[in-house]
Amino acid sequence: MNEEALLIAFGAATFRVATPLLLAALGETISERGGVLNLGIEGSMLAGAFAAALGATSGGAWFGTLMGVAAGALAAMLLVIVSVWLRGDQIIAGTAITLAAFGVTGLLAATLPTAGDAAIAVPGLGPVAIPILSRIPLAGPVLFNQSPLTWLALLMAPICWWLLYRTRFGLELRASGESPEAATAAGVRVTRVRGLGTLIGGALAGLGGAALVLAQVGSFTERMTAGRGFIAIAIVVLGRWHPALVVPAALLFGACSALQYLFQAAGTPVPYQLMLALPYLMALLVLAVLRGRSEAPAGLARNAPLAD
Amino acid sequence: MSGFLRVEQGRFSWRLVATPLVATLAGIVALVLFLMLTGHDAVAGLDALWRGSFGSPYAILSATLVRAIPLLVLGLAFTLGARAGALNIGMEGQFAAGAIAATWMGVSLGDAPMIVALPVVMLAGITGGALWMLVPAVLRLRVGVTEVITTLLLNFVAEAAVGWAVTGPLRESSGAYPQSDPIAIAARLPRILPDHRVHYGLAMALVIAVVFAVMMRRSRVGFVLDATGANAEAAWLIGRLRVDRVLVLALLGSGALAGLAGAMEVSGVSYALYRRLSPGYGFTAIAVALLARLRPGWIIATSLMFGALAAGAGAMQRDAGIPAVVVQVVEAVVLVAMVLAVRERQ
Repeated sequence: MNEEALLIAFGAATFRVATPLLLAALGETISERGGVLNLGIEGSMLAGAFAAALGATSGGAWFGTLMGVAAGALAAMLLVIVSVWLRGDQIIAGTAITLAAFGVTGLLAATLPTAGDAAIAVPGLGPVAIPILSRIPLAGPVLFNQSPLTWLALLMAPICWWLLYRTRFGLELRASGESPEAATAAGVRVTRVRGLGTLIGGALAGLGGAALVLAQVGSFTERMTAGRGFIAIAIVVLGRWHPALVVPAALLFGACSALQYLFQAAGTPVPYQLMLALPYLMALLVLAVLRGRSEAPAGLARNAPLAD
Repeated sequence: MSGFLRVEQGRFSWRLVATPLVATLAGIVALVLFLMLTGHDAVAGLDALWRGSFGSPYAILSATLVRAIPLLVLGLAFTLGARAGALNIGMEGQFAAGAIAATWMGVSLGDAPMIVALPVVMLAGITGGALWMLVPAVLRLRVGVTEVITTLLLNFVAEAAVGWAVTGPLRESSGAYPQSDPIAIAARLPRILPDHRVHYGLAMALVIAVVFAVMMRRSRVGFVLDATGANAEAAWLIGRLRVDRVLVLALLGSGALAGLAGAMEVSGVSYALYRRLSPGYGFTAIAVALLARLRPGWIIATSLMFGALAAGAGAMQRDAGIPAVVVQVVEAVVLVAMVLAVRERQ
């Protein structure tokens, strides 16, 4: 492979791998701005991935995408009930969602008629080349020869920004995230606002799971999200809880995973497992350097007082 | 933020016993409903679950107790952190780190006698687990990053590290399989009964649990941990308690115990390092500890219950064709039920 082709492969892989991460991270951003730390985002992604595979085999790729969104929101509903509504601990409830998603998708995947030994092959949403734009040197094949879901993910960033900063709901959500007590005193219905934010977050994570199956892997396997939801949480920190910064943060992690294509092509003897571990190590580094929660919503992971 | 971290002290009440029982029952009912909804034979599933866990002396002595051992030690590990206000969600990773370190020692001990080999292997596990916790502990203390996410991320790094170890430095001598050589005989925890798989790790785990329970009730250590967990600021302002040190020590201790559990698994059960040595013990143990409301003595009972569930799950997969992974639904329901039972009342 010549250098230009290598660069194109690297760039295209970066966007492809970053797509599920970006969607999940945008979802987590909305959730966390409302003060709900959703560790169940991994479960939402996994549920979304499974539902997308299931839906796509019966009703086509776009139907699968919708199913993924619905499943992600459904998984987040559990957190809404347990933590937002009934004020149970967010971290343990989120862990429970992820465990439940492992169990449920594991059982269902094994019982699907189409499931062979390893995976269900599904009709996907592969790369589409936009007629003229994709011929631009370098940027063309990288940006304009992608899955429609990648473009959808990039489009979601301004939509999330608009939702957070230009709507009344966004204002109330951010107020609930900074101080649920003050928001309550100001007449914001914190439970309702946080619940809705968490559901939107779960839906976006479910879309991320759908993108993982339909645009990246092409099949569903047990536990296939492999911690991407937790990486998304680190991306939110790197993106300082702002949709505009979450995009480059997600791309950085995408590039980090796509590095293995470069190393493979160059024939560098880097252990394969080191490449596997790289995004997680990078997430740790990000958390260490960015001093954790310094800019986090002040009410993050803190439940609202009961009377609101 | 964490209602369950407040451990109720004082008088015994029936509610303390009833809540975990109801939580467990809810988990089993959810499992049955889910199996029925997905068209499985729930009766056959439950039957296999029972036979594989408590249904025969063999099931108890070779399956249930063997799985209860790591759950007991890991449940104590979670408790040590949680009583001080730190949530160690990365026990799966520390377990793996302990297993790697223990295997490394176990295969390179040569002819050392058991009196040397066993302590070396266990210490290696403790060290491995504590080292795996070092970064999260430092990040929490120096930078203020929550241990929840850092320990979670390190789980995946540990998984990759095991994969690297069994295909690289620790690969078995023929080089054919992704696993390590068997550890030295002297480094293995002996079986308690010749025909059953339960090993002396059970005695170790019980001793640790009892010592932990006594320590929490009768010594300053228990008070210091609980004061830090209940309200770190007050503990510092009123008692001049060095809460940062307490927290770091609790985190490192939690990692060390989880690493010990990994060493015990290698030394008592697998005798070698494999990928996926733990079927999710690190997460199951969170349910074990919460169900016991972070009381070390009670964890003996809850770890036995979840050990039975893990053993029964294997039988369910073998005999009824229901994937074992489905019992994680029970764990999830138990977690949710306990979180709701002990949530903050304001």
